[in-house]
Amino acid sequence: MNDHFEEIETSLDSPSFRTRAWKSLKADKVAFTSVVVVLLLIIIAICAPWFAPKQPLYQYPDGLSDIGAPQGPGRNFLLGADQNGRDVLSRLIFGARVSLTVGVVATALASIIGVTIGAISGYMGGWVESILMRLTDIVLSFPILLFCIALIAVTGPSTKNVVLVIAFAYWTYLARIIRSQVLSLKEREFIIAARSLGLTTPQIIRRHIIPHLIPTIIVYSTLGVATSILIEASLSFLGIGVPLPQPSWGEMISEGQKYFQSAPWLLIAPGVTIIFAVLAFNLMGDWLTDLFDASSTGVKR
Amino acid sequence: MLAVVWGVMTLAFILAFIVPGDPARMVAGTNASPEAVASIRHQLGIDQSLVSQYLHFIGRLLRGDLGISFALQNQTVGSVIWRALPFTALLAVAGVLWEIILGIPFGIISAYRPKSFFDRLSTFSALFGLSTPPFWLGLMLLYFLAFKLSVFPLNGVGSPLIWYLILPSFTLGVGGAAFYSRIVRTTVINVLQSPFIEFAQLKGMPPGLILRRHVIRHALMPIVTMIGMDLGYFLGGVLIVESIFGIPGIGQLAFRSISTLDVPMITGTVLVASVFMVIMNFIVDILYTFIDPRVRLQRNN
Repeated sequence: MNDHFEEIETSLDSPSFRTRAWKSLKADKVAFTSVVVVLLLIIIAICAPWFAPKQPLYQYPDGLSDIGAPQGPGRNFLLGADQNGRDVLSRLIFGARVSLTVGVVATALASIIGVTIGAISGYMGGWVESILMRLTDIVLSFPILLFCIALIAVTGPSTKNVVLVIAFAYWTYLARIIRSQVLSLKEREFIIAARSLGLTTPQIIRRHIIPHLIPTIIVYSTLGVATSILIEASLSFLGIGVPLPQPSWGEMISEGQKYFQSAPWLLIAPGVTIIFAVLAFNLMGDWLTDLFDASSTGVKR
Repeated sequence: MLAVVWGVMTLAFILAFIVPGDPARMVAGTNASPEAVASIRHQLGIDQSLVSQYLHFIGRLLRGDLGISFALQNQTVGSVIWRALPFTALLAVAGVLWEIILGIPFGIISAYRPKSFFDRLSTFSALFGLSTPPFWLGLMLLYFLAFKLSVFPLNGVGSPLIWYLILPSFTLGVGGAAFYSRIVRTTVINVLQSPFIEFAQLKGMPPGLILRRHVIRHALMPIVTMIGMDLGYFLGGVLIVESIFGIPGIGQLAFRSISTLDVPMITGTVLVASVFMVIMNFIVDILYTFIDPRVRLQRNN
């Protein structure tokens, strides 16, 4: 009865899974790079003060030229200075903290809501399912971001609001995917067996459904972090993201926009950073999808 | 569908209600006497109970009356939105056209030659398209194509309008195009392996005809939903793109009314945006029956 559970567990934890992951990483240069970039980003975000060459908030007098224009990239300011004489590179490094924290927390929140609602509606069926899925439909067919932007604009920007908005916009996708997975899972023989052996619903969900959902959750969480970074950047760009003076990538673009004709590095540096961060998370998500796909077909056979 | 419309109206009411500050004072101006403010309060109906305000609000909306703008004196929200609509509509259609023009052919060609140079190139560009924040792409296009090379106009609208919409609509469509090309690629690869294509080949159907009659039809199916959703979403006004390129559409209107706390205008734009989404969802459902004979058969039974 516990065969499948153990198989899944071993497929995630056993050395064989780890060796396979390692092997595929060594073979796939793109995946390898993406994982390295993601790990680097996390390390940089945690140890930002060690990596940043200067203070992110300090307005250096030599960051501005005699006529008050920001200094371009050079030896003193590797990626240039901004309109207040602050070091762009240091701000990018500290901005990684904001982007990653918002991305991870928002995704975690969205996953909790999405998996709970998806799993309950998929497993219970009936009127519970209809109500929960109608709710999901309403949220999906609603200009949720526009509404949230209006909401933040009236209630005032804060990091907490940004996280809530992103989580609120993203959970619906997870709920739908998880629901369809649970729907097909609950018809599988081992679930029927577990039920006929008298396991209670919470037991079945905890021991047999959730372990099978873990690959999906991991994949969509990785992709969710990428999406969250993009949304956070957009909100900050509109001036309703993470409040000042905390440096955030979107806010840097938003500020740099006013000077883009004379100081294009103010736009290029944070933009390229966002692209590479999001790209890394997306590619890592793709790699994980392939990895888990291979493992789940392996389990079935 | 009605549930969604009702939910949206209620959310719009809540939005209007939680705004801090006194709207009557905002209309009257800071120097108005207390009596004047009180009379405006009465005019706006905000001296009544919550329930009667809610019923009044819903009743007004059902008659198509969106109220009077706080910021633009003596103009109804409906007329202002109506004036902004043509710009947004053209932008939305142009954005969707970019998605179709770029997304579908790239996806089909990639699927016919998987792992080829073209396939790798298009996968790579699609990944970049998905990872680039639209506002950054817009600013870069402005910097290089409009400012440096002066190929395109820098800002605003003029005649011919299409000329001014090329860059904004491209910015709008790139993400979707990237997404479409990946979906189309997967769908077409699956279709090409299915037995009915083999049958068509065996009975001597020319490849061009197979492409037109079978492949494109299948490739379009998942896309139709997304085109509809995107069109509804774009019609709601794309805040960021419109404000970067200075297009006087619904998005810019929404953004401006958010920054001036023009509550009737905020709720108006949110409502219009959601109504567009609901309508497009409905149209997509109907279109489905035309494209996919299986759905039509199911409905008839």
